[in-house]
Amino acid sequence: MSVDASRARERLWAAVLEADEFAAATTVFGAVDGGMPPEDVLLDVIASVQRRVGSEWAANRITVAQEHAATAINDRVIAALAHHPACSRADGAGRVTVACVDGEWHALPARLLAEVLRLRGWHVDFLGAQVPTPHLIAHLHQHGPEAVALSCMIPTRLPTAHAAITACQAAGTAVLAGGAAFGADGRFARQLGADAWAPDARAAAELLGRGLRPARTSPTHQPIDDLPHLADQEYTMVKSAGAQLIQTTLWELEQRFPAMRGYTEMQRQHTIEDLAHIVDFLTTALYVDDDDLFTGFITWTADILAARDVAAASLIPALESLAGQLPEFPRTQRLLKAAHAAFPPTPTTPSLPV
Amino acid sequence: MGAGPPLDVDSGNDAAWAAVPHPVLVVDRDGIVRTSSGSARSLLPGLSPGVALKDLAPSWLSGAHQHLTAASGSVHGRDFDAHPTPLPGGEVAWWLVEDSDRSARDARRALTVERERAAFLDEASAVLMASLNIDRCMEATVQMAARHLADAAVLVTPVAGGRIPVVCSGTDGTAEHRRVDADPSDVAGLSEALRGFPPVPSRWIDPASVPGWLVPESFPGPVGSVVITPLPGHGVAAGALVLLRRTSQTAFSEGEEVFARLFAARAGAALSAARLYAEQSAITRTLLRDLLPPQLHRLDGIELAGGYRASEDHEAVGGDFYDVHPAATPDDETLVVLGDVCGKGLEAAVLTGKIRNTLMALSPLAQDHAGVLRLLNAALLCVDDSRFATLVLASVSRRDGQVLLRLTSAGHLAPLIVRNDGRVEEAETAGTLVGVMPQIRARTVETSLAPGETCLLYTDGVTEARGGPLGTDMFGEQRLSAALAECAGLPAEAVVERIMMLTTGWLNERAHDDIAVVAITAPRRTHLSAVDGRTAGRYTA
Repeated sequence: MSVDASRARERLWAAVLEADEFAAATTVFGAVDGGMPPEDVLLDVIASVQRRVGSEWAANRITVAQEHAATAINDRVIAALAHHPACSRADGAGRVTVACVDGEWHALPARLLAEVLRLRGWHVDFLGAQVPTPHLIAHLHQHGPEAVALSCMIPTRLPTAHAAITACQAAGTAVLAGGAAFGADGRFARQLGADAWAPDARAAAELLGRGLRPARTSPTHQPIDDLPHLADQEYTMVKSAGAQLIQTTLWELEQRFPAMRGYTEMQRQHTIEDLAHIVDFLTTALYVDDDDLFTGFITWTADILAARDVAAASLIPALESLAGQLPEFPRTQRLLKAAHAAFPPTPTTPSLPV
Repeated sequence: MGAGPPLDVDSGNDAAWAAVPHPVLVVDRDGIVRTSSGSARSLLPGLSPGVALKDLAPSWLSGAHQHLTAASGSVHGRDFDAHPTPLPGGEVAWWLVEDSDRSARDARRALTVERERAAFLDEASAVLMASLNIDRCMEATVQMAARHLADAAVLVTPVAGGRIPVVCSGTDGTAEHRRVDADPSDVAGLSEALRGFPPVPSRWIDPASVPGWLVPESFPGPVGSVVITPLPGHGVAAGALVLLRRTSQTAFSEGEEVFARLFAARAGAALSAARLYAEQSAITRTLLRDLLPPQLHRLDGIELAGGYRASEDHEAVGGDFYDVHPAATPDDETLVVLGDVCGKGLEAAVLTGKIRNTLMALSPLAQDHAGVLRLLNAALLCVDDSRFATLVLASVSRRDGQVLLRLTSAGHLAPLIVRNDGRVEEAETAGTLVGVMPQIRARTVETSLAPGETCLLYTDGVTEARGGPLGTDMFGEQRLSAALAECAGLPAEAVVERIMMLTTGWLNERAHDDIAVVAITAPRRTHLSAVDGRTAGRYTA
């Protein structure tokens, strides 16, 4: 079986890379016809290939366009697979809503979960990517599902995810959190008060099958109750100052590295976007008060830049500039220091991002 | 003191006894009161020398006198311990010591009960207010009632579709839905409660008459006592709450019945609000159905994908719109429309609905775009001169592996075409907006898409999105073109996903206008017939 799965994975990988929908569907249908359970095809073939799409992009071995194309092909193949006779479903497990947090456009993991739940007999309402929280809550009021499976892949969406979790629970619906943003160990799902967390679709389906027990019963619960450290206002102030922080950091970098002043408009835009990401992750790390989240992002960015032959030298000056601009914020200082410490000592003459 | 002269009760020491600062009675062997303190007389009115103790004191005290043992009990609602002191003359002095501890204990107990009730009502209000879903609301009602008010709770709502909807919950905390084919008037007090009559007292209802459908599966043994309380609604009863207790338990006290009514009032209000919301949202859904952006499907040899985001997060529609009128035969043209009407929100959405309907009727004439626009313009002008719109018409067909396009802009942003080499062209079409001037002009442009190429129709919600890293920049046509340049060769959905992702990322939660995009793409390869989400067939080459 696993040999079949790995062969199917290789074929599907080649097909999605070429955006060859026909070959992709042939592979997946072939696996089902060959006796592989549809759930295994979804999770051990398609999901696995999708993960590889992400890691290959990070390693700069495929382009953003290829990433989008591959995702679109996988999405179509999943849609087609739902019509395969082997995927006919037994009803009666109950009703569940699957949605991505607003701002989260990676819909495929949630889509895969929705299909797995359908296969296991659930009546699934799949609301897709980027679901505004008011839409989600209106949906809960109108249809009263037994639970919401909420997907969040991008860590900077965690504050939005928190608002959505709290709102769903206030509307009387338990929330199962899933997706990379909640941490490999689900720590942010617990911190933000989700009723359950699952590391993958199978675990999610099992948890839902057993019935979610609401983690908290107080309907008057508010987001601040989960995160008492927010009372220090650091998150609020740094978040509000975001644009100013980016501008000042850019200016300071240009003072420090005169070569940056000769950047093309495109290079300048990229630098601004990189700085914006740093500030976004810093504010998110302040929100959940987690050093690893910020340090993880900074080292990941360094890897991404390294994979593109761009020296990560401007990262440390950016951290130093931010630390200089936010001297009176102790948690911010702690986060910046931790990220700084994750780098080996800087070379004396840093090369510049190109 | 024991060595002193015997105390002579009869010889005028009454004054000394009268001055004792708490209740004391001196009673002889025959049970006749000889004298007493002033406070005893105020405690037991009618107390005077010569009366029999049993005639005016509570029986626990006169009983205690026979055995000369300490006893305790209540006198006019106050608790006393009675301690006997034999006197030398054979009489007994009964000292009545008030048990203030017990009173305080009782008061504390009553306070605790009231606090628990207040906390419960507070929780009930919060829980019931939270969900506007009828089923959730009913489940929460019976679960809370079963937890706090009785051994089991059952909510009965007015007959719907010939059956009685019933939700019940026992001690296990689960809620069970039933639809029962029964007559509520079979149960004393139930049909009255459902019709909004005042509640029938619990003691009037024979527990044995409670039918099985009113008892949760998990309820152990026969029903001991029942309370049926109406749930007050908006003018009509929202339902009836039935509380059940087991035989071994005490019956419902009057205080408990009153408290159940307080809870029922909250549950009734919440249930009525949920019902009202359900009715309203059903109406809204029905009315909005034709205004929602349609699901776009793959056509024969043409990929179509759309993305939409209303300016307000709580709304599903706005002043932007798109629509597709598929070709009748593979050789015909498919008409794709995307536009933007004046105004915002629901009112604008209603106008988009009218325009979409008009264009649907005009779609057979779409070989002449200018003609369609003239008719649409006239239709908009004759209703009201304050309504106008900008739009793009795209007639799409497939010829020899290419996708042919005829594009006409009526005052709208010209479509962008991304070529396989990454060039992004702006379609050279221009025209006047519709709904303002009696005469309009429009220039149609023809072009074609090679496999992998995409034509993007979009509204100004994309290019005028204000935000970016610094929060003040417009997304702009240059950024859109640069983003599209990377989309050569992508499937239509991927193009739409990328543009929507970049736009919402650029906005980063800031206020924005309605956003609509449609991608028309010439597929890179032959596609599956089964993957349009509708056909249940297998793939074809």
